[in-house]
Amino acid sequence: MFQGLNFPPLDLPPECTEIRAEIRAFLAEERKLGNAKNIEAMSRYTPEYSERLGKAGFIGLTWPKKYGGHERSALERYVVTEEMLSAGAPTGCHWIADRQSGPLILKFGTEEQRETILPKIAAGEAYFCIGMSEPNSGSDLASVQTKATKTDGGWLLNGTKLWTSGAHISHYMIALVRTSPLDEKDRHAGFSQMIIDMKSPGLEISPVINLSGDHHFNEEVFTDCFVPDEMVVGEVGNGWNQVMSELGYERSGPERFLSTFQLFAELVDAVGDDPSDHEAQVIGRLAAQLIVLRQMSLSVAGMLGQGLVPANEASIVKDLGTNYCKLVPDLSRSIMAAMPSQRSSISYEATLASAILTVPSLTIQGGSREILRGVIARGLGMR
Amino acid sequence: MNTETNEMRQMIADTADRIFRDLCEPDVVNAAESGIWPTELWNTIEESGMTQIAVPEEHGGGGGSIGDAMIVLRAAGAYSVPLPLAETMLAGIALSSAGQTVPGGPLGFALPVDDEIVTLAQAGDDYVLNGSVGQVAWAIPGGQLVVIADMDGQECVALVDADAADIDAGINLAGEPRSTVTFDGSKVTACAPLGNQVDGETLFKLGALARSIMMAGALESMLEMTVQYTMDRVQFGRPIAKFQAVQHAMAVIAGEVAAAKTAADVAVHLLEAGEPGLLIEAAKARTSEAAGIAAELAHQAHGAMGFTHEHNLHHRTRRLWSWREEYGSEFYWQKVIGRTVSKAGGDGLWKAISDT
Repeated sequence: MFQGLNFPPLDLPPECTEIRAEIRAFLAEERKLGNAKNIEAMSRYTPEYSERLGKAGFIGLTWPKKYGGHERSALERYVVTEEMLSAGAPTGCHWIADRQSGPLILKFGTEEQRETILPKIAAGEAYFCIGMSEPNSGSDLASVQTKATKTDGGWLLNGTKLWTSGAHISHYMIALVRTSPLDEKDRHAGFSQMIIDMKSPGLEISPVINLSGDHHFNEEVFTDCFVPDEMVVGEVGNGWNQVMSELGYERSGPERFLSTFQLFAELVDAVGDDPSDHEAQVIGRLAAQLIVLRQMSLSVAGMLGQGLVPANEASIVKDLGTNYCKLVPDLSRSIMAAMPSQRSSISYEATLASAILTVPSLTIQGGSREILRGVIARGLGMR
Repeated sequence: MNTETNEMRQMIADTADRIFRDLCEPDVVNAAESGIWPTELWNTIEESGMTQIAVPEEHGGGGGSIGDAMIVLRAAGAYSVPLPLAETMLAGIALSSAGQTVPGGPLGFALPVDDEIVTLAQAGDDYVLNGSVGQVAWAIPGGQLVVIADMDGQECVALVDADAADIDAGINLAGEPRSTVTFDGSKVTACAPLGNQVDGETLFKLGALARSIMMAGALESMLEMTVQYTMDRVQFGRPIAKFQAVQHAMAVIAGEVAAAKTAADVAVHLLEAGEPGLLIEAAKARTSEAAGIAAELAHQAHGAMGFTHEHNLHHRTRRLWSWREEYGSEFYWQKVIGRTVSKAGGDGLWKAISDT
């Protein structure tokens, strides 16, 4: 039997039922404020929402209490995440910090970094962005060229980061940089990770407007930007391993298959409660796939919670999940004719427009479809 | 699930796997498709206690659970076992739910659907069946059939000799017997009202679950077969597995197999926990959808060789193409699910999905 096709059924423990009720109550209040029904909710930046969420105790759920966390299980966090995303709540501000920067600092960071930064993240007050991609480094992450040169008490950064979601609203970036020159025999050696204060002199941030006309992406140019030694995360030279562990955190999280869920909900409303055979079949196809994807994702969450590293399974969930996100607008169009427009006052048309304009990003970010399928093929023993 | 159950399940899986590997070579499957009953295979699997594993001991079964039965069916799917294992198990569950002793030997299973009606009535000292039902699996001359029939508005189960009925023999794409059976005052051997929370609808769903798990087994085996082929087959001076286009096609199959496996396993798991929600419906819908996608890519990777009778890829694919239609195709179950979630409306949609 193949390695990497293992999806044991997961039973959510009773505490998950409790926290689901708690987060649903919180989200119901936010819905009254209009903080709901966003397509790709992880790209909606609403600081007040993140602060209220932090105050209510829903950020840093799994972290130790001494760092502002709540010492809840990974599965409880999973439940909170799927509820927020399915509600379309604007999670953009704290999303990256909560999902991967915080856990990375907890795992590899210094005590001082943990004590100063994690409580601010958990309060919904400190936002992070990911400094990995560069103009010449996308899927081939090992080709990162941003260089850190040792200087008195720290490092001088030079280079450019690109496609950085939320850099313009973030307080910090965790950047992957070269601290030693490229060794052709070991391309993964010589990388380090550093926390960059986004207000640092020598760092220039400029927007990259996406095809919808929205501002999520940014470009950051570093010119002799000083980073103190205390801001290095983990060991100098161990950056590659740390990044790989960071990527593994949530390749298979619910965001991978819920990015267009709001359109599915709009579709169900638009069709009504007495669908034709064909409408019922299409809606049922979307529902069946979603039910199964959720079980696959939950299964991976359960394995992660046990300390396992289900890398192949996670890649499969992301590949299937992001394809599913594309299927939602495709099939919606097939049964509910509309002229998609972001300015339409008809919510189905506006949501359809957002979905169509969002989905091309989903099979690229966080590991492109081609990279994932390569990972899966490796798991099958083909490479 | 506790460790003891897990170990028990592993033992069942290993035993089934060993029996099928030894006694269900491709030539046995081919012979069965041409009408030769695989006596040794049946006898061995029956002696191992696996044919009625989910039936309580007092009714002649193994005293196991539905989950144990599904383990056997998964292995049967993986080896294209040409035996009515699912039918015999469903028949056993129906009979035992009605307090009847389950006879040994293979059992065909006739469950009327849609407009089909089979009635059970008393005629003197006997009970007789009337009516017709199509797509009856494994109604073989000389064998026995278990029939779900209506008696004055009550669902009953009846055991009848196949020879007491008129059988219009047919086959599915995999050469498995699927016949139209007509009863015209056919005398039953035993009958009783269905009980113990089993009715025609639950049996239909159990059938869907059985086919789902069999497809999951067949899909996984087909993936293994196909990946191996791409590593063995050399073109342009290297194994075709080294071509990225082929690797990505295999990754797509792997995704479909993973979805099918998860769907079927979770459905079994939740059924045993007593709260299957929409999972059985979703499992049959998803495994049936996966069957078509994966079979197409498997054939593409095998090239002309996979299109021959000599290569046994078709043992898996023809069964997948048959089983995806049986007990409701993906389209059938998608409609059922679609109607259910549509009632929840947009605001209730997530709850309908996540309560499962």
